[in-house]
Amino acid sequence: MKKLTTILAFLSFMCAPILATAQDVKIGVIYPLTGSSAQIGKDAVAAINTALDIINNKHDIPGMPLAKNEGLDGLNGAKVTIVVGDHAGKPDIGVGETEKMLSQDGVHAMYGAYFSSVVAAASTVTERAGIPFVNGDSASPKLTSRGLKYFFRVGPHDGMFTQLMFEFIQDFNKKNNANLNTLGIIHEDTLWGSDSGSTQKKMANEQGYNVLEKISYKASTTTLTSEVQILKAKDPDVLLPSQYTSDAFLFLNTAKELDYNPKLLIAQNAGYVDPTFISTMGKNAEGVISRSPFNTDLAETIPMIGVVNEIFKKHSGGRDLSDVPARAFTGFMALAIAINNAGSTDPEKIREALTNLDIPGDALIVPYRGIKFGPDGQNEAVRGVLMQVQNGKYCTVYPYELAACDLVYPMPTWDQK
Amino acid sequence: MTLEIILQAIVAGLMMGLIYALIAAGLSLIFGLMEIVNFAHGEHLMLSMFTSFWLWSLLGLDPLFSLPITIALMAFCGVLTHYFLIRYILKAKMLIQICATFGLSIFIRSIAQLLWTPDYRHVENPLIEGRLEIGTIFIGQPQLFASLVCLLAFFGLYWFVSKTETGLALQATAQDRNAAEVLGIPANKMYALGWAIGLGCVAVAGSMMMNYFAVFTDVGINFALFAFVAVALGGFGSIIGCLYAGIIIGLVESLGGLLIDPSFKLLYVFAIYLLVVIYRPQGLFGRY
Repeated sequence: MKKLTTILAFLSFMCAPILATAQDVKIGVIYPLTGSSAQIGKDAVAAINTALDIINNKHDIPGMPLAKNEGLDGLNGAKVTIVVGDHAGKPDIGVGETEKMLSQDGVHAMYGAYFSSVVAAASTVTERAGIPFVNGDSASPKLTSRGLKYFFRVGPHDGMFTQLMFEFIQDFNKKNNANLNTLGIIHEDTLWGSDSGSTQKKMANEQGYNVLEKISYKASTTTLTSEVQILKAKDPDVLLPSQYTSDAFLFLNTAKELDYNPKLLIAQNAGYVDPTFISTMGKNAEGVISRSPFNTDLAETIPMIGVVNEIFKKHSGGRDLSDVPARAFTGFMALAIAINNAGSTDPEKIREALTNLDIPGDALIVPYRGIKFGPDGQNEAVRGVLMQVQNGKYCTVYPYELAACDLVYPMPTWDQK
Repeated sequence: MTLEIILQAIVAGLMMGLIYALIAAGLSLIFGLMEIVNFAHGEHLMLSMFTSFWLWSLLGLDPLFSLPITIALMAFCGVLTHYFLIRYILKAKMLIQICATFGLSIFIRSIAQLLWTPDYRHVENPLIEGRLEIGTIFIGQPQLFASLVCLLAFFGLYWFVSKTETGLALQATAQDRNAAEVLGIPANKMYALGWAIGLGCVAVAGSMMMNYFAVFTDVGINFALFAFVAVALGGFGSIIGCLYAGIIIGLVESLGGLLIDPSFKLLYVFAIYLLVVIYRPQGLFGRY
């Protein structure tokens, strides 16, 4: 008898996902859950579970769409479920996972995947299959310039962020009568880093800045000594790094070893906003500036952040909401709202709903002006901020109207830290 | 490009090279002894770094003081690896041996991620910190110290293997297991000792790197890659070959990166490796 019960329990457990698919919305989610960016992927999945919690259960969050009732109203209260896959930061694995989710799991839409290189590869699979792929947190400009019909990006891309950096340098020069004119660019060499670096170089040339050096390197490198040496010798006014987590740590440690002190370091997010960046680097992180679509000190102007953060902590094992999870959450909510608007799980209807999507800025936990996709699938209402590490915390310093702190310039030298 | 900058690159390359050399020495010793390639070598480096990190984090021991404990623990880990895995595949086909150690690498990495999460961890305020300035050349003290300790460990290893009785017994087992057993050398114990020493080397390198490098579950992979190149370059089974090969890799990487283009620094290392494999397949000092 005991054996029979066990078998029955096992069978019902195995059948549960099949039974659930009968009515529910199923979304495939891929993130790096192993490899050097695994923690970022785990946080992103926790953010998506937060979104699921809000969508599938009753919550009282004023201003947050889909929170009030259980499930999606547009689909008679259908629940949203996810299938999670690990791409380990590798495009080929991402493609394999996506193909599996489309063919075996029968997902209605795909979501992910942080690594631009993986998104680029996986979104061609969904394009062929005619399934929408929504992205919240990959920043390579190329992703939305490929003419794909089923690909949508909710977050900003590096071109937009780089524009923000140049606006900042221009405003800074004007405000302080300074003349920051020469730039150094250093980036890792996957799709994201290379794209970010070349976008920065192109825009710098267009806007009259002088790029003294542009260095690319392999993100998994064991040493960055020669790179730092070259930068130190050329000594540009502003350094613009695009680095993932381990190489960002290595870069700063090497800069410390060789006493390289840039006057301003404006990072393209990623490694510099890893939740462990400040705690791991300690005082070595002081003065670093990073662009970001999100900062926790925005909670004062966007009260929803606090409530969402509390739910996020339940899913993340106590970690606070940070940049990537905030973007992942926002992107996933946009997809869920679109499916709700479509009132159907038909991929074509979801795509249509995405193209017609118009979410106002006050329904979001990020400082975007809203979500409205252009013909290329890029959200045109995005906005970012620049934040600087001051006294062990990221503090928003630009745009000046959102700033919570004054900029520290030049950034403290290694001897001062 | 001034002379100081080039000198700086040479110093940095040398320091990095010595670390590569010691990591490679452990790999080479194990291969030389039983002709098994340890594909989990990078993971063993990661385990050493985590051991050093946890001894600091939980017991407040600086990586410098915890060095003997880390070495002992990793040596024990080496003995366990031998008794629970390697011993069974000694006479197996090469493919099986490769799968076994490769499987071990995945196992260790996954367990590490499960236990310690994929977060990056760093020893804060280690005893050895800061940098020396000699003229215009900057030398990071942790890096300098790490490379000196690695060099010391390297010569210790060399002395042990070539001058002591146990070391000679190791070499005898490596040359001919059956003949050595006839002469009363317990081959199985020698293999276990080989693993203990091999992982001990990695423990020294890992502990010393903990002073300036962040540890995470995948940290070992890139170092292991260089270790494999160093072993092939220096000659499989040759310990002194590892030293030269490690230094060559360090110098080529840092000078090539500085003088030509840093984007291709791995290319320079592997180009040299390819040349050696083509024109001198046994490596610079190899027996095979």
